Amino acid sequence: MIVVDHVTMKYPTGKKALDDVTFHINKGEFVFIVGSSGSGKTTLIKLLLKELTPTQGEITVEGKAYSKLKRREIPMLRRKLGVVFQDFRLLKDRTVFENVAFAQQVIEKPMKEIRREVPAMLTMVGLADQYKQYPRELSGGEQQRVAIARAMINRPDIILADEPTGDLDPKNSEEIMTLLEEINKKGTTVVVVTHNREIVDQMKKRVIRLKKGQIISDVKEGGYRYED
Amino acid sequence: MKISTLRYSFKQGFINIRRNLLFSLASIGTIIACLFLFGVFYSVVLNMKHEVKMIEDSLTVTVFFEKGLDEQRIMDIGNEIKAIANVDTINYVSSDVAWKNYVNDVYNGDMNYVQNIFGSDNPLEDASSYEITLKDISLQEDTVKAIKAIPNVRKVNSSEGTAKSLNSINLFVGYASLGLILILLFVSMFLISNTITIGISVRKEEIAIMKLIGAKDSFVRTPFLVEGVMIGVIGSVIPIALLYFMYDGVVDYLTEHYNVVANLIHFVSTEEVIKGITPIALLLGIGIGFFASLLTTHKHLHV
Repeated sequence: MIVVDHVTMKYPTGKKALDDVTFHINKGEFVFIVGSSGSGKTTLIKLLLKELTPTQGEITVEGKAYSKLKRREIPMLRRKLGVVFQDFRLLKDRTVFENVAFAQQVIEKPMKEIRREVPAMLTMVGLADQYKQYPRELSGGEQQRVAIARAMINRPDIILADEPTGDLDPKNSEEIMTLLEEINKKGTTVVVVTHNREIVDQMKKRVIRLKKGQIISDVKEGGYRYED
Repeated sequence: MKISTLRYSFKQGFINIRRNLLFSLASIGTIIACLFLFGVFYSVVLNMKHEVKMIEDSLTVTVFFEKGLDEQRIMDIGNEIKAIANVDTINYVSSDVAWKNYVNDVYNGDMNYVQNIFGSDNPLEDASSYEITLKDISLQEDTVKAIKAIPNVRKVNSSEGTAKSLNSINLFVGYASLGLILILLFVSMFLISNTITIGISVRKEEIAIMKLIGAKDSFVRTPFLVEGVMIGVIGSVIPIALLYFMYDGVVDYLTEHYNVVANLIHFVSTEEVIKGITPIALLLGIGIGFFASLLTTHKHLHV
């Protein structure tokens, strides 16, 4: 499903964010990518989203090699990837419903389908009653649920979550991870970049640990505590 | 593009204008000012061209023949002149008519006075001629040459100086219009481009999210194109309307208050001015809006 093959990413400043990184993620897996600040986690997410192009190596998702993608094919690739950010990145001037519907408008879905699918998705993330509210009226955990609903509405094959619990308290963090686990159980591949030690230890999922741009461990049912 | 996307783009285009109302108004205002100036200039040019055309139409070339030609030969010369491509109309003026015209012009038509001096003689007996008008006054010199080359043509009178002046006025007006249009195009495009750039920077986060969740470039770009085109349309309709309501008033004022103007200039109608300027102004407004947005989005929308 996701193949990262000898990927190196060097920024124009000369800083090497990733150094010869190789791993495979199979369909339906739940994977944590952990590491301290500056370990290359965010660069990896940006590379997977095709926001950046690696200096060396190849990334392949569902058989599509990124180096062979034409510019006009990038939107189609991104529609297979649902993305969740630490700071939620919701549109502040739009309601919960509009934020989720926005992801479908962007891929030019008919309004009829949008009106049918968005309420179902909001029910799934537990926000059916709050569809009229604006992001500022929601708690951090609720905002992240909206972000997950937006990422999931187009039924992507993969969810990429960049520090999804970074701005949340432990209780909300746990709820968000439970939601992502449920999504994963329904068949979606989930990749979570985090440095939340408790959650990683608790969930017992595959853990890829990065340090200074290199993979230092890749453990099947790992935890944060085992890697140091 | 799907209808729902088009609806979305129009809605967002309007929202963009409203969100950056001040900048949008500045852009619209500039286009209005530019196109209104252009409209005023266009009206002046149209009236000048109209006047020049009237003068051109009244300019004639007169062809005199050698003495003692029979009627047949004069008719043949007439046919040869008609065959020249630039000749528009040809009118034979017999020596009798020429004399009558002379008497009218010089002696105020006082035939008794003239008969006292000349008797029944016609001093212009050998002055029968053809009076010719031309299709294109700028080709007068060549046409006169061609007429002079016809056998038995004695003399060709033409107003070369007037033709040359009219040509240079036409040329000047043409170049001045072109220069003005180019300057206006540049200023307007620059301002719309600024407005769109501000719109893009205000919506930077939204655009980044759009791109990351799989929006095509066209989806991101279209609302900005709609915004640019709408600014262009509003900016071109208002000066057309202003011109429509102001032109008549200005013409009435000029003809009522300045007799010289009323006697010298034959103004073209409002309908003619509006008919001429509407497609040009709309095309300029929409074109400026569209291309300014296209160039700006192309420059700023790479995520």
